[in-house]
Amino acid sequence: MHLQHFCGLLLFMSEPLTIVVVEQDRDRALAIVDALKGAGDCEVVVIGHSSGLARRIAAHSPDVVLIDIENPTRDMLEELTLASGPLERPVAMFVSGAASGLARAAVEAGISAYVVDGLRPERLKPILDTAIARFHVVHQMRAELAETRRALEERKVIDRAKGLIMKARGVNEDDAYAILRKAAMDQGRRVAEVAEALVTAAGLLS
Amino acid sequence: MKLTPLSVGYVPLVDAAPLMVADQMGFAETEGLALELVPAPSWSSLRDMVAFGKVGAAHMLSVVPVAMAMGLGGMTTPLSAALVMSVNGNVIGVGRALEARLREQGYGFDFADAAAAGAALARAADGPLVIGAPFPFSMHVELLHYWFAATPLSGLPIEIRTVPPPMMAQALAEGEIDAFCVGEPWGSVSVENGAGALLLPGKAIWSFAPEKVLAVRSDWAEADPQLLGRLMRAVWRAGRWLSQPDSHTAAAELLSRRGYLDIPPEVVDRALSGRLTITPGGEQRRSEGLVEFHAGAANFPWRSQAKWMAAQLAARHGLDREAAIRAAGQVYRTDLYRRHMAGVGAELPSASEKLEGAILHPTAVPTQAGRLTLQPDTFFDRRIFDPSA
Repeated sequence: MHLQHFCGLLLFMSEPLTIVVVEQDRDRALAIVDALKGAGDCEVVVIGHSSGLARRIAAHSPDVVLIDIENPTRDMLEELTLASGPLERPVAMFVSGAASGLARAAVEAGISAYVVDGLRPERLKPILDTAIARFHVVHQMRAELAETRRALEERKVIDRAKGLIMKARGVNEDDAYAILRKAAMDQGRRVAEVAEALVTAAGLLS
Repeated sequence: MKLTPLSVGYVPLVDAAPLMVADQMGFAETEGLALELVPAPSWSSLRDMVAFGKVGAAHMLSVVPVAMAMGLGGMTTPLSAALVMSVNGNVIGVGRALEARLREQGYGFDFADAAAAGAALARAADGPLVIGAPFPFSMHVELLHYWFAATPLSGLPIEIRTVPPPMMAQALAEGEIDAFCVGEPWGSVSVENGAGALLLPGKAIWSFAPEKVLAVRSDWAEADPQLLGRLMRAVWRAGRWLSQPDSHTAAAELLSRRGYLDIPPEVVDRALSGRLTITPGGEQRRSEGLVEFHAGAANFPWRSQAKWMAAQLAARHGLDREAAIRAAGQVYRTDLYRRHMAGVGAELPSASEKLEGAILHPTAVPTQAGRLTLQPDTFFDRRIFDPSA
């Protein structure tokens, strides 16, 4: 995937910023691009595939590179900080003191931003604010998805534990659940934990 | 007893074992600590997590704090290496194409002789080589450059490309890289996946190379010295437990868990026991001390080790050698080690620096309490690094 978007609004007197977004998920990439386009005068390039990442990023000589902190290919970007050829520009992760608050906010939002040396914080801020807001939404969705999956897993384990109790003690489903819940309360643990322990133990005995 | 919570970051590798063992085998609890172990998706993220205080301490590449002190890389928050968590533990491997060409020459894959392996690889390469390594500031990269410089590999165009360890096997299989240097279990995983063969252990290049350190923010080390001391002692005791052969099976089981490495225990065990399967065909090689967590005062953060890294980095990046060596000496904290490790049985050498590469055989040296046996720390070309020269 290799998309290019040009932001048409000439709000600044200076050259438009070039922003590279490293993101494999096409939908997420498009959402981030749309948000950034609204934030100011910039050209946004999305790079999805990770092979030769540093070289492909350097070819765009970006002012800002944005990548999800959870992305394991992020270490490939570290090579950018070593750019030393005459045509390459060094990129640092927020070296200037003025941007350190921004850097912290970005890290907490789960985003890493590499910024070319000397880029003024007032030019960077609207972009990062937008990116941070966008990443917040993405991370929230991811957390909700994980929570849903976990709840589903737990329900499966509880069902299996109920089945074991029904078989072993000859009780009905409601009673089996009551036994589980009482054990959980007595031990100060969650029902799902007790169910998990029972299923594991039963697996060892069978 | 109420336990003090402390978050510690790590990258999933065999040499993060002291943290998992400290947590699971009660060494942290003995020190009154409840560790929260936080896996990091990349070294740069872990470095940022320490720098921004998202974790108190981290399992960190030995070169990272030195590079940061020299102003290399994207982050300049001062970090301290409070102790060396492990020595050695990397392996160098080649893809199937290079493996086949090496065999055609009659190369025996002895998994020991770095000079011979360098000469053979230089003959087998029919063009530029791309070699994967996990991070630009790492012992992996330092060992590779050192090896190239002193073998016929120096005459070849070689590019070192950053590839995250879990992606190394795939990058090799897809031909994106020709060879790699990576920490276990990821070398063994590429053998297991049929992507490559192992050529050398990292220790064949430098026989006592500090690989990972326990890194903390320097201001954090001063802000709560007692807390740091408790963590250091827990990690040190975990390393001592790990170094006992009897512990290997249990340690391999523990590390293989889904929350940690999620790799079969028999693959994890290869690095711990030093019995490696080096080819997809099943050839075995022994390498004693492939990764060392304790013996020979492995945990002592010799300032000379940091200075060696600084000298190498300065030469390659065109920085002032003396300034780099001076900065590096501040990062490996023999002072913290002496302050916090007195009285637990840790050996405290009288000196804080040594001639790196000068110990050819196990050698007894004076300590603050008696004597200690240092293990060989030779470079394969028998050069010696004098930190004060």
